[in-house]
Order: sequence, then C-alpha cells, then structure tokens
Amino acid sequence: MSNFVFLLIIYIGIYSILALSQNLITGFTGLLSICQAGFFAIGVYTTAIYLVNTNGSFFLALLLSAIFSLMAGLLIGLPSLKLRGDYLAIATLGFGEIVKNVIINWDKLTRGPLGINNIPPLKIASFVFTNSNKLFYAIFIWIFVLIFYLFLERLIKSRFGRALEAIREDEIAASSMGINTTLYKVSAFSLSAFIAGIAGSLWAIYHQSVSPQSFDFLMSVMILCMVVLGGMGNNFSSIIGAALIVTTSELPRLLGFSSIIPPQTNQIIFGLLLILMMIYRPEGILKRKRINFEYLIEKKFEKPEGGI
Amino acid sequence: MSFLYTDRIRKEFGGVIAVSDVDFNVEKNTITGLIGPNGAGKTTLFNLITGLENADEGFVFFKGKDITNLKAYQITRLGISRTFQNLRLFKEMTVIENLMVGRHFKSSCQFSKNRFLNSVLCLFNIDKEEKDIYESSMKWLSFFGLENYKHELPKNMPYGKQKLVEIARALCAEPEVLFLDEPAAGLNPTETMELLSIIQKIKELGITIVLIEHDMKFVMNLCEKIFVLNYGRLIASGTPEEIQNNPLVIEAYLGKEHE
Repeated sequence: MSNFVFLLIIYIGIYSILALSQNLITGFTGLLSICQAGFFAIGVYTTAIYLVNTNGSFFLALLLSAIFSLMAGLLIGLPSLKLRGDYLAIATLGFGEIVKNVIINWDKLTRGPLGINNIPPLKIASFVFTNSNKLFYAIFIWIFVLIFYLFLERLIKSRFGRALEAIREDEIAASSMGINTTLYKVSAFSLSAFIAGIAGSLWAIYHQSVSPQSFDFLMSVMILCMVVLGGMGNNFSSIIGAALIVTTSELPRLLGFSSIIPPQTNQIIFGLLLILMMIYRPEGILKRKRINFEYLIEKKFEKPEGGI
Repeated sequence: MSFLYTDRIRKEFGGVIAVSDVDFNVEKNTITGLIGPNGAGKTTLFNLITGLENADEGFVFFKGKDITNLKAYQITRLGISRTFQNLRLFKEMTVIENLMVGRHFKSSCQFSKNRFLNSVLCLFNIDKEEKDIYESSMKWLSFFGLENYKHELPKNMPYGKQKLVEIARALCAEPEVLFLDEPAAGLNPTETMELLSIIQKIKELGITIVLIEHDMKFVMNLCEKIFVLNYGRLIASGTPEEIQNNPLVIEAYLGKEHE
C-alpha cells in the first residue's frame, strides 16, 4: 500500500512537470498544442538508448534528452507556429504521431514495439537506486518539479512572461508593442519541449524499461486536460490538475478494486469530471493568478529604504 | 525632406486597390489628420506605415531611413507607436500590466546587445527591472489620470477610459510618432473634449501625432494639416480651411450635384 502511494507520488511528479510545460505554451502563450507526449517520448528514448548503449552518466542522459527535445521543438515550432488555434493543434497532433511511429518503426535504434529493457538504474556516487527504492525516486522527481515550478514562476513574472501573455491576448497588438512575437512563441514552445524532455528522462530512469505504446495522442490530451482542469495560466494549478487526474485514473488500482472494476472505468470517471468542470467552473480549479506589482516592489525595494 | 513620408505606396487586396500610389507626409511635432469616407483606405495606410501590412509597391521613410515592410515590432522599436480602431487591449491583463507590455522593449537592463539573450539574462535582475518598468508605466498612467484603474481589467472599464488606456499603452514605448486610429469614435461630447486636450498635451511633449477621425469638428480643431483619401487615392491635402473649401472633398463626402 505505501509502495503504491509512492508510485502515485512519482507519477504525479512526472505528470506535473509535463503539465507545467504544457501550461507554458497553452496557459500563458495561448497556443493550443497537443504533442507533449511526443517530446516526452523523445526524452524517454534518448535516455534509454544512451544509457543502454554507453552505460554513461544519467545526468548527461538527462541533458541530452532535454536538448534533443528542444531541437525537436524548434524543428516543429519554426514552421508550425505561423498557424493559430485549431490549425496549430492539428499540426502538433501530427508531430506527436510521427514521433510515436518513428519510434515503433526504427527497429535498429529503438527495438520497435518491443521497447528497451534493462536500462541501468540511477547511480549517484557509489549508491545505486533501483526502482524498488520508491521513496528516493519520489524525492528525486519532486526536486525537479520544484525547480521547474520556481523557474516558471520567475519567468512569467518577468518581461518575458508578460510578452507571452500579451501574445495570448492579442498577437497583433503585441507585435505593435515591440514584441517579436515569432521569437517569443518559438522560444516558449522549445522551452516547453525542453522541460517535457527532462520529464521523459526521469520516467525512463525510474521505469528502467520503456515501450512506445503509451506515448500516444491520448497522453497528450491527458496532459492538456490537466492544465485545463487545474486552471490555465497558473503554474500551481497545473500541479493540482496533474495530481487530480493521475489520482483519479489510478484510484481503482490504489483501493484494490482493479479486479472488480475494469480499467475503462477510469476514463468514464475522467470524462465525467471534465464535463462537470466545464459546466460549473470553466476557468479551472484555480483562477489565473494576478501579479500584485505594488507588493512586489514594496517588498523588494521600498521597505528597506524606509524601514531601516 | 519630411520626418515621416510614404512614396507612391500601394496595396491591393485581391482585385481591390485599397491604397493607390499615396504620397503621405508628416512633419515633426505636428498633428496630422487623415480623413475620408468609410472604406477609403485610411486604416490600410496606417497598417502599411506601422508594419501590419506589407506594401505591394512604394516606400515608407522615417527620419531618412527606409522602413518599408519592416515587421511591426521593428517599426515600434524605431519610435512609431499606434492605437487601433477597435480596441486591442489585453483583456485578461490589468491596466498596469497592459502599460507594462507597452514598455516591453524599453528595458533598463543591459547585459547583452542581443535582445533575446538580454531578456533571458535579465531574469536574474527582474526585480530591479520590473520596478523601472512599473514606475515609468505609472508615470504615463497618471498622465492620463487613470491611477485608480491600475488593477482593473480593461473589460470592466467604461469605453472612453479603455480608449485612454490604449493611448497610454502606446505612449509607454516612448514613441516619436503616435498613430491614433479613430481615437474619438464612440466617445461622448465631454470625453471627446477631454481627449482633445490630452492630445494637445501629448503634442506639447514633442510627440508627433497622426490621427484618423470621422468627427470633423475634432479634426478641424486639432490638426494642422489634413490629408483626404477616397477610394484609396489621395484627393486633397492642406490646412483645415483649405480642406473645408475643397470641392473634391465636398464631393467625396456629399456626392456630386446633379446638373
């Protein structure tokens, strides 16, 4: 039972990172993109292939995963970010499927549908952490969640974040305010891919085996739902959304009902949850957070001058 | 040579010639009006100058530099700001945030020549930078007497105030030329009079103003030079008196008398 709780915490952590990355492009920049699973898969497979073939350091694999995802983000972002709304969604959806199909069919590199097993466990100094060591992984993964949460909070409270929000609200007005909209959209998109790649790398090192089936369109949609359910444009609510959806879909297993309730029930609960949310609270669980500039400025600047 | 001028600029949409070989020029520190019946191509001309549309032919020069077909953000950075005919405020952002976006590229933080790299590096210095952006935005907000609205969402404000916010946002970029697309449309007479004095105050700050307006009294009171467009062509230009007595202008607005 406690093992299962840790497993849940690990899953929530990984999906939180994915939801945060999705929130950056959908919640803040207003781009409807559904290919987070594609970037995630690139991260997963980069780490898996690198570790199996070279037996190198995990942290190098982590970096490589992030960089490959980022490059994929640039590759898809540069041509497709000229599109808006539904058209962008379709283009990115296509990209997600391409990644999955490349992984399934590039047998030599990815072993196709068989997946990759025997990924060496994480080693820090002389300690080896196998995936039975769930408490360690839970902490390890949540450190990343915290890092990305703090980083994104910082990012959106800057000029950069304000530019992204301006693009979401009105792209033409934003460009008339001196914002290079293409540059900002592409960089938000690739940054999001970068973060998703890291999530993938963490997933690979935890599971120690990967198979391509799970990185499909449904997973991207699920990540998008976490953001929408939690509340768009709020980093904290993305984590809440991730926690809610992961728990809902794992709950029957957690309570030991999985033999009685077929796994498809998850999707029924999940769909019901979404419908209820859209009716009663379409803005998500938490609303968009407003930045209180006076507070920010008084706290940082005016108090020391006047107070001391 | 004029401060800002277009040279035989031309724009077609499909078969429709929206702007046809227009020579439009603006002198420094003046208020220039652009009038004409609906669909005459006034907004298209604005869009061509401010980089929202690409010209098919012709040139735009600003301070002796060719700025034809530059991107909108590049033109804004050169010192040309604008407002829009149908408000284009950032609706989910507060008034002060709207203004702070207007200050986007005017950063006090300089680590690198490359703007993008700079904005990333400045993440380490954002508190200081935010303070500067906030304070200079507040300066413009109080210029318009809108301090009380700073945490309001634009959509909850009266239309007249929203229009002022949009002008304030454009001014936050500290432009040399300000383009106003129908600033008085939808305002009541009192608000129009207020706007009139505000525009004069802006001009006194040394900012050149170009405006499109249908309110003739407003235009005639405010502008030193007026250009008249009809069916994409420039049919007249001159002082308000010259325009009022120009038979071509009267014909464009009222139609020709039957003989």
